[in-house]
Order: sequence, then C-alpha cells, then structure tokens
Amino acid sequence: MTVVVWVCGILLTVGAVLAVIRAEKGPSMLDRTIALDIVVTTMIAAVALYAAIERRTDVVPILVVLSLVGFVGSVTIARFAAVEPEGEGRVRTREEIAAQEAERMDAEDEAEGSRRTGRREGYDEHHGGGAEGEVRG
Amino acid sequence: MTQDQWTTVADVASAVCLLGGAFLAFAAGVGVLRFPDLLARMHAGTKPQVLGLALVLIGLALRLRSGGAVWALVLVAVFQMLTAPVAAHMVGRAGYRTGKVRSDLLVVDELTSDQERAQARDQGRPDDDEPRD
Repeated sequence: MTVVVWVCGILLTVGAVLAVIRAEKGPSMLDRTIALDIVVTTMIAAVALYAAIERRTDVVPILVVLSLVGFVGSVTIARFAAVEPEGEGRVRTREEIAAQEAERMDAEDEAEGSRRTGRREGYDEHHGGGAEGEVRG
Repeated sequence: MTQDQWTTVADVASAVCLLGGAFLAFAAGVGVLRFPDLLARMHAGTKPQVLGLALVLIGLALRLRSGGAVWALVLVAVFQMLTAPVAAHMVGRAGYRTGKVRSDLLVVDELTSDQERAQARDQGRPDDDEPRD
C-alpha cells in the first residue's frame, strides 16, 4: 500500500504542477480557468487519497465542498470572458508595471486638477446661485 | 472466501483504482500543458474531472467500506457528472465567441458553417430580419 500511495502522490503532484505551469503561461483567461479546474480536481483526488490511506471518513465533506467550488469558479469566469487584446494575458514584468502605474498616477493627477479648477470656475453656474423660486416665510 | 480474503481483495482493487485515477490526473496535466489550443486543452481537462475522479472515489469507497461515507462519495461523483458538461459548455461557448478556437486545427466546424448559412439566408431575404418598430 505504501508504494501505491507514493506513486499516486507523485503522479498527482506532477499533474498539478503541470496544470499550474499552464495557468501561468495560458494565453487567455479561459486556458487558465481550465488549468485551475484541473488543479482543483487534483486536489479532490489528493484529499481522497489521504482519506483512503488513513481510512478517515471525516474528510469526505471536504470533497463535496471542493467539487462545488471548482464548478462555480469556472462557470463564473466563462460567463464574464471578454475579447482580450493581444499580449494582455501575459504576466507583466516589474518595469512594465512601474511604467503603467506612473502613467495612471499622471492621468489621475491631471483629472483631479481639471476637476478642481472646473469646480472653481463653474461653481455658481452648476448650483444655480440662490434659489429664485424659493418659498419664504 | 473468508472475511480476511475479501478485505485483501477490496484493498487491492482500491489500490488499482487509486493508481488509475492518479494516472489520469497526471495525463490531464501533461495534456493541458502540451496541447495547442483551447478546445484540445478542454479535452485534456475532462479526463481527471469525470473518469479520474470516479476511479479515485471508487478506490476510496472500497477502502472505507462504510455506508454513510460511500453515499457522500456517490454525491460527489454525481455532482461532478452534472456540472462538468455545464462548465465545459460555458467555457467552449465563451472561447468560440472570443475567437480562441483555431479553426485550422478542426476537422469539422458545424457551428461556423451553420452561422454562415443563416447569415446568407438572412441577406437573401432582408425583410425578415428588419426590426419592426
């Protein structure tokens, strides 16, 4: 039994690692979804293997929960899959992230600045000054 | 056969099932890494999800041999069989609509030809498709 457990463990581990590599490379979100689905299924198999070795029945609910979670995840991602621009699906390098972050900050500063001046100039217009038709007394 | 022999037989059968399930999970890992496009990867991903998981669960049931736990395992297997087609359909549809399907690798592509036929028919009779408002 020990040999069987070791062989099963190694096969499951290698399978999960290969799926994780695909999840890292995967050109699109859907490839990653499939890869992560395989990782979840391998996890279910690993928990089942553990339960089989130790003859434990109390981990069986974990199997039920994991099989539910894997389904919900892949369906949700597939539902919201959109056309991705070329190169979007790749993990960015540190320099690229820094450049994009700087660009975003600049854009935000600019937007903030224009919003402030815009408000100062157009303050009275937007709020219409005093209420002319106001009912007093 | 005695009780003892039956126990041994169940343990050996369980070991075989576990090995088969683990091998299918490994095959899925290799397939999902090596195959060229989305549909082929989906094909690889189905293996541990249905047959591999069923084998592992049968192996576990043969090893546990107690009523309540085995029913929970049946529940897991039935749930996987119900949800795997739904998830695969959603992923496949999303892949087709976002252009992830490589048509040069397909032998038969009935969806594209059907859509082209439908489009040609609509163009032939433009009045049918006009919005009526």
